[in-house]
Amino acid sequence: MPDPILQLAGVTKRFGDFVAVDDLSLTVAAGEFITLLGASGSGKTTTLRMIAGFEHPESGDILMDGRPITGLPPYRRDLNTVFQQYALFPHMRVRDNVGYGLRMRNTPHAEAAQRVAAALEMVQLTHLADRTPRQLSGGQQQRVALARALVNRPRVLLLDEPLGALDLKLRKEMQLELKHLNRQLGITFLYVTHDQEEALTMSDRIALMRQGRIEQLDSPHAMYERPVSRYVADFIGETNLFEAIARRLGDSAARLTVAGKELDATVSPSWSEAGPSWLAVRPEYIRVADGADSGPNRLEVTVTEAVFTGQVTRLYTRLPDGSSLVMHWPPGETVPAAGARLNVTWPVERGLCVGD
Amino acid sequence: MSATSRPAAPGESLAEPPSRPARPGRLRTILFASLPIGWVSLLLLLPYLFLFAHSFFRLKGGQLTHELTLDNYARLFGTALYPNTILFSAGIAGRVTLASLLLAYPLAYLLAFKVKRHKNLLYMAVIIPLWVSYLVRAYAWKIILGQEGILNGLLQAVGIIDQPLTVLLYSKWAVTIALIHIYTPFTLMPIYAVLEAIPPALKEASQDLYATRWKTFRHVVFPLSLPGVVAGCTFAFVLSMGDFIAPSLLGGNDSALMVSNLVVSLFGVAFNWPLGAAVSVVMLAMTITLLTIARRIEDRMTGGGKADGRTGGPPAAGVGRGALHA
Amino acid sequence: MTSGPSARPPARRPADRWGQTLWATGIAVFLFVYLPLGVVILYAFHDANIVAWPFHPFTFRWFTTLAGDRGMLAAAGASLKLALLAVLLALGLGVPGAFILDRLDFPGKAAFERLVLLPLILPGVITGVALLTFFSFIGLSLSSGFPVVPGWPVVLGHGAALTSVVVTQVFARLRRFERVLEEASQDLYANEWQTFWNVTLPVIRPAVLGSALLVFTLSLDEIAVTFFLIGRQNTIPLQIWGLLRRGITPEVNAAATVTFALSVVVIVIWARLLREETG
Repeated sequence: MPDPILQLAGVTKRFGDFVAVDDLSLTVAAGEFITLLGASGSGKTTTLRMIAGFEHPESGDILMDGRPITGLPPYRRDLNTVFQQYALFPHMRVRDNVGYGLRMRNTPHAEAAQRVAAALEMVQLTHLADRTPRQLSGGQQQRVALARALVNRPRVLLLDEPLGALDLKLRKEMQLELKHLNRQLGITFLYVTHDQEEALTMSDRIALMRQGRIEQLDSPHAMYERPVSRYVADFIGETNLFEAIARRLGDSAARLTVAGKELDATVSPSWSEAGPSWLAVRPEYIRVADGADSGPNRLEVTVTEAVFTGQVTRLYTRLPDGSSLVMHWPPGETVPAAGARLNVTWPVERGLCVGD
Repeated sequence: MSATSRPAAPGESLAEPPSRPARPGRLRTILFASLPIGWVSLLLLLPYLFLFAHSFFRLKGGQLTHELTLDNYARLFGTALYPNTILFSAGIAGRVTLASLLLAYPLAYLLAFKVKRHKNLLYMAVIIPLWVSYLVRAYAWKIILGQEGILNGLLQAVGIIDQPLTVLLYSKWAVTIALIHIYTPFTLMPIYAVLEAIPPALKEASQDLYATRWKTFRHVVFPLSLPGVVAGCTFAFVLSMGDFIAPSLLGGNDSALMVSNLVVSLFGVAFNWPLGAAVSVVMLAMTITLLTIARRIEDRMTGGGKADGRTGGPPAAGVGRGALHA
Repeated sequence: MTSGPSARPPARRPADRWGQTLWATGIAVFLFVYLPLGVVILYAFHDANIVAWPFHPFTFRWFTTLAGDRGMLAAAGASLKLALLAVLLALGLGVPGAFILDRLDFPGKAAFERLVLLPLILPGVITGVALLTFFSFIGLSLSSGFPVVPGWPVVLGHGAALTSVVVTQVFARLRRFERVLEEASQDLYANEWQTFWNVTLPVIRPAVLGSALLVFTLSLDEIAVTFFLIGRQNTIPLQIWGLLRRGITPEVNAAATVTFALSVVVIVIWARLLREETG
């Protein structure tokens, strides 16, 4: 890994009895795009706020370039934040909003003006420089917030669900734009979101948070293909999950009993026979078994409903024990009617045995 | 947004964990806070306490002494005059409150729901008299109700009467009318504020569920407006009972029957401050009791919490305060 | 729409009678509030020496009389001075008061909150006599400070009673204030003090100015507290009251009209400020 720019070492934060962040450690490499992903209350925003300096941890340390910044107020930290609702100063023009940080740092006037102009150019808002935030659309406000942070050339940019208030199309555009900015400027991005799709789209690495801890820290691809737990499998993408009785068959394999049938699966490294076991299968790996299939993973299902969503057709089915299974139906093929019986299967390496 | 991402509550930003050095802002914060607290303690708390203390002082040969006594209260409750005055004032205040409510509610309703254009302007127009020319409004009734006043003039011109009526001015009726006039905008303000805050969808939902307009009013709008009604009535009652200017201008002999005028004359010509203080303390106690009851009622009606983030303080006042901003 | 609405007038519902009654009542109440004020203003232009029926139009001489009335001018000077000092005191202590209510937890906070609001809810007579007993006990003469100020007790009394107005107005604004703006400012290298001056204060400025204007008009119009605390020099309302006791000439109406107009101007500015703030 390249030089770490930001390190969190055993950071804990409580609000009363509630442990928001629980002994969390994380190392962020310079230039990386890392996302803290999690549900409400998982501690991701509190973590960001501690890095920014708005909250102070009870224990643990935050280091930037190897130097502790834990006790520093926000205004002494060489990083900037893009806030959830943008937090643009309503009484200042766009130009003054963007130039605020430079003014506070007493940047020479000419240089500040030039940098503000360049930042506005970068987010294509030069023509709106003299408007006030209220006169801008949500997307424009978002870009002002971005320019206001980036104009200071921070080492690290913190982004707290910055796209949450935008509509879907704009959000997709901005996701790509942010990704490009990260590459182009070489600034480290630490991004907070609850939207797994967004996280998968942009991140170099994702830290999936659960109850104040990092459940899994991985590349998007690895997290999608090799979730370490039922929680991760469920949070990232679409998954069929079956509670199972499992028996280890070797280093990386297990035999599971699901709905009275024995199935083989690949074992996730953190799984142990002692705890509860789950079988996780992504719907796109499930297909109808044909005569040539002799693999062990076969289930007989009854079709309950087919739903066309544009990109794929989802086929909802039911197992004999009543639990449900969803699969992606291959495009262009005739969709079976409700009540039809199918034999479905998937490759052994695509069935994962995970813990809770 | 995760539950933990709310902005730090005041306590949190100050209460640093003990393992860390105290933030340098701490001392500054204390200095900053002591200023208004000291000011309010010195010039409000202390004076109210002094008033209370004065009500136990003894008057000796027209001189105020600091000997403590319960005589003032004994005299206050022992003489029919004082309880009667309080009851009489409360009676006037009650009438004023009821009339103000009956006048203010329809206008508030009209402004909140029916007026479409220039709504804010009209609302401002209604409440502007609240802040200006209190004296003028009391005095206006002198012009209207006087012996050579407009009402007598009009009535004579039309021929209903041939001698000017002398009973109009300098009576409790003149006082009552003037007080109604003065406190109607006061009552209107909180009522308008709550009506205005009722989402139109609630009325639509009620009508969608087969309620007629009258039933919608009775079962939805009116119950939701009750906190405003309580606040407005409390204002009208407390303030009209404590008014001494309108009675002294318009009340004639009846004004001696108003409790606040009694306080004025005890502190003024009679120079019996201890007794005046005792009467004031009784008024103060009644007022605070009333406000507390109003607050309780409002709390219960609004679900027991500060549901409306804008208004802090005693809800009885809170609703009205919110309205200042509407 | 195939069948145009013009083809068939919408059926008037019988309940519109209620609507009409409501409008009639509303307009009547509106008139009830304003007609007496109109009468006072009208009679400021009354071309006779006593305010009585019938009205004799029109003269401006009462305004001239007013402009030459030394007592009234002195009262006007005292009133303006008093109102300005009240604004300074109420702002200087009310704004910090609103901040500590919004942002600080301290023992006795609830008591402080109720206490500071009392002068708004209590009849002025009680606050007036309370302050009177206090100042007389500590031996501060009612005319102390005169003629520099109209008397320290009345200045302090107005300041204290009207602090409530500033506290409520600014507190209400602070409750809506987005604290994240302060975080954004600190994130952009402004320390607490710079943040306060560059962000917090400018954002709540309309509420602060608005409360100042409100305090100004309320002080100009105040009688109950003033009545007990005033020293040698009357304020405008007290001067008018004095005139009223001596039989009424339209000069009183002229004075009332001028103060009314002044107050309306101030309140209109206040309303503008509020609108500017809400966008």
